[in-house]
Amino acid sequence: MQTFFIIAILVLGFLITFQIAKASEYVAVIRGEEKSRKQTNKINAFLLLLFLIVGLIGVWYCNDRLAGKILKIGEASSDHGILVDRMLKYTLIATGVVFVITQGLLFWYSFKYQESDKRKAYYFPHDNKLELIWTVVPAIVLTVLVGFGIVYWYRITGPAPKEAMIVEITGSQFKWEYRYPGADKELGKKYYKKINPEEQNPLGQIWEDEFNHDDVYTSGQDEPLHLVVNRPVKLIINAKDVIHDVGLAHFRLKMDAVPGTPTTMWFTPTKTTEQMKKETGNPDFVYEISCDQMCGAGHTSMRGTIVVETQEAYDQWFASKKSQYAMMLEAKNPPAADSAGAKPAAPAADTVKGLAQLK
Amino acid sequence: MSDALHIQPEVGTSHGAHHDEHHVHHHKETFITKYIFSQDHKTIGKQFLITGIIWAIIGGLFSVLFRLQLGFPDQTFPILETFFGKWAEGGRIKPEFYYALVTMHGTVLVFFVLTAGLSGTFANLLIPLQVGARDMASPLMNMLSYWFFFMASVVMIASMFIQTGPAAGGWTVYPPLSALGEASIGSKAGMDMWIIAMALFVVSQLLAGLNYVSTILNMRTKGMSMTRLPLTVWALFFTAVLGILSFPVLLSGLILLLFDRNLGTSFYLSDIYIGGQALPNEGGSAILFQHLFWFLGHPEVYIILLPAMGMVSEVLSVNSRKPIFGYMAMLGSMFAICILAFLVWAHHMFVTGLNPFLGSVFVLLTLLIAVPSAIKVFNWLTTLWRGNIRFTPAALFGIGFVSLFISGGLTGIFLGNSTIDIHLHDTMFVVAHFHIVMGVASFFGMFAGVYHWFPKMYGRYMNNTLGYIHFWVTMIGAYLIFWPIHYQGLAGMPRRYLDKSVWVNFSQFHELDKMITVVSIIVFAVQLMFVFNFFYSIFKGRKVTTQNPWGATTLEWTTPINPGHGNWTGEIPEVHRWAYDYGKDGREFIPQTEPVGANESKH
Ligand code: HEM
Ligand SMILES: [Cu+2]
Ligand SMILES: [Cu+2]
Repeated sequence: MQTFFIIAILVLGFLITFQIAKASEYVAVIRGEEKSRKQTNKINAFLLLLFLIVGLIGVWYCNDRLAGKILKIGEASSDHGILVDRMLKYTLIATGVVFVITQGLLFWYSFKYQESDKRKAYYFPHDNKLELIWTVVPAIVLTVLVGFGIVYWYRITGPAPKEAMIVEITGSQFKWEYRYPGADKELGKKYYKKINPEEQNPLGQIWEDEFNHDDVYTSGQDEPLHLVVNRPVKLIINAKDVIHDVGLAHFRLKMDAVPGTPTTMWFTPTKTTEQMKKETGNPDFVYEISCDQMCGAGHTSMRGTIVVETQEAYDQWFASKKSQYAMMLEAKNPPAADSAGAKPAAPAADTVKGLAQLK
Repeated sequence: MSDALHIQPEVGTSHGAHHDEHHVHHHKETFITKYIFSQDHKTIGKQFLITGIIWAIIGGLFSVLFRLQLGFPDQTFPILETFFGKWAEGGRIKPEFYYALVTMHGTVLVFFVLTAGLSGTFANLLIPLQVGARDMASPLMNMLSYWFFFMASVVMIASMFIQTGPAAGGWTVYPPLSALGEASIGSKAGMDMWIIAMALFVVSQLLAGLNYVSTILNMRTKGMSMTRLPLTVWALFFTAVLGILSFPVLLSGLILLLFDRNLGTSFYLSDIYIGGQALPNEGGSAILFQHLFWFLGHPEVYIILLPAMGMVSEVLSVNSRKPIFGYMAMLGSMFAICILAFLVWAHHMFVTGLNPFLGSVFVLLTLLIAVPSAIKVFNWLTTLWRGNIRFTPAALFGIGFVSLFISGGLTGIFLGNSTIDIHLHDTMFVVAHFHIVMGVASFFGMFAGVYHWFPKMYGRYMNNTLGYIHFWVTMIGAYLIFWPIHYQGLAGMPRRYLDKSVWVNFSQFHELDKMITVVSIIVFAVQLMFVFNFFYSIFKGRKVTTQNPWGATTLEWTTPINPGHGNWTGEIPEVHRWAYDYGKDGREFIPQTEPVGANESKH
């Protein structure tokens, strides 16, 4: 109903406009085309100037309304994010100045040099000096921006510090999964053909690889990704099916998750989730992982969350976790069956047995 | 459509003359050869334009539909179900359908409207007229290029009506999403049809491009040296070169994709576990496709922009009654843009895991391309400076183009800097950037061209008042729609998100989204008004009574008001000067055909 109403209004508006437009053409003919053309010219020249003024006010107004809803520039939650914000600020200043000057000139000239019988256009086909100036000046400004940009870029994409904790994040339609190396600080090998969620192997870990034995798996649908404040973290990013992207807006970072080609990204979170709740004044604040690369019908809902916490909180949480390997074994030999079995095995032997069964 | 073309009255004398001295068409022209399988460049140009207009309505309508859902996420629109059935059950657009709409919107507007519709129209119309040729180098190839485009259109349209719907992987169709039917319903038969349509499209572009280039190089009239060409022709020349060199790369990329989809090859596929199964493919690279795609994709954005730049240069110069400032600099910057356009493609791939060193090289080259862009802007500003400007609708769209190009070019400097792009890539900021700088700006160039050359195409004027309304609503609307979208990007909001309600950090823009949707509907309605004005004026517009209504110097205005096939009735005029002698030596303008006077000043 409403739709029809809107369409009816549009059609009506259109008919009226069209009648006026047609009439104005006749009027122009009656009043003398040249005269009415000149008058229209004045109106349009004035409107152009008005557009400049209202437009600049509009830019200010838009900023006023929306600045509170965006990520505060300069308050990123990671060390790298601070660099991104700084670069953003420099660019904003440089382009802002250019924007105001060039738009100002464009509309001001349009207004000032509107057709007038008193003026003759000035024949001015070229001027080497001027052209040189506006080649060199932008080139210099851009070189400065590129300079900062590349220095920061190398810092952000450079090798992660040795003490960085490692976490693996895997995207698939339409969820995130995480894997933490255990005490050995190293992730075990995977092979995609080993993926088998029913047998407790959602990532395709190769159980023969001992580095896998203490790796902890969590699903993004059950719990957030845990990170430690002020401790560098290196994400190893994978995808199982199509390309996804780990988007971390508050850390100002993102990296594609490409099936078959693991990627990495490292940074140091600098604000805990609790701190952010206070800073944003939003008690429900969470860091979100958004999938930023279109990945199919559920792209919009491919959401993960992160908690950034203190080392103690992290350790406490991690201690409560079982390795995926242990879960797999448990699934294979349910504990009940185990205790009913003849000889209680030592844990080490258990491991060996588990492996033997897998082969 | 053919009716629309039908009204163009044949100028009797022109027809006779061209039979005497020219080679083509000794057979009698029938309705079919004249309006459908026509080899006249002007008619082919109109065919491209009208097909482009139809596509623009379809592509624009799609965006209005998904904007409805974006602006009013918790409302239902029963009318949608009426039209789209299962795709919009309960009057709510399904995610699968949203992605299909977004994909078709992008593909249609980028390729079918702003490539075929824009350069197809104006290259065909203007190249022979402005270089002084009776037709294209190969009228037959020219005709074929339109009909390949037509076939591409038919296949693309057909893909929208199949059971599983059209392609839905975005206009960039990245595999594996686009390669695997399991990954998305749009990657089933619709995707094969998308590839076939695009392959036909590439053929059309190559036929067209080779023709444009050879016409410009070989068929210039006497005296028309390359540096006397109007900038429109130069722009169309560079456009054609870009297309010839880059479209084949897209085609090769798409063929590999077709193989991966249907023949079990692994060019782009590796280590994939989908739908509970591990696929056998190993060793492919999903990123390879992106390199191939963007090797076309980036030049493509200039294929879209350059014709607009050329026409705006022409229109601004004519209407400010002044020469274009810095003709050689304009040429040089277009040349630089052309070269650099091939060297910046990976700026779309900064966060794909690209080698950081390589990334930094692409940052450098990308920001370099901003220099020729800046030169062009300053030259346009100086062209207006101390002019005597007539604000025809074309001139207004030209000025609007410059404004939009400034705004969108400046945001390019954010994105070209990889440090910032890590944050803004694939957010709404990118959407704002390219809609302003490419989408709307090129449309403005196209509108400028249509209003300016309509008298040449149909011997009539379009209605001015409607033209002014069209300009002002579109100009204001474009900024109202796309300016605030930058802010959504700065909030980190990813692009191609349908429903933001589950997100804590992206759901704060309800009001804004509503405003944007309402404005888009109004702007779309005004475009329909333009289309109406266009068709109405073909039949009922005010008649052109003088040969050179804008007082322009270029050759197309030396032809009869309604030129026949062959363009000039007598001999093709000889050219004696460049195209921009406006306001020289106290003269309003000096046509290119006028010999240089003995005591004329030099510049
Ligand atoms: C000052 C010059 C420009 C620079 C430095 C620049 C830079 C960029 C960069 C780096 C991106 C990738 C952003 C991302 O995906 O994260 C981008 C996207 C884009 N640019 Fe530009 N740009 C410039 C001008 C233009 C022009 C003139 C056009 C078109 C005529 C254009 C059209 C596009 C389009 C269509 C996309 C988005 C493609 C997509 O992902 O769907 N840009 N630009
Ligand atoms: Cu996604
Ligand atoms: Cu690009």
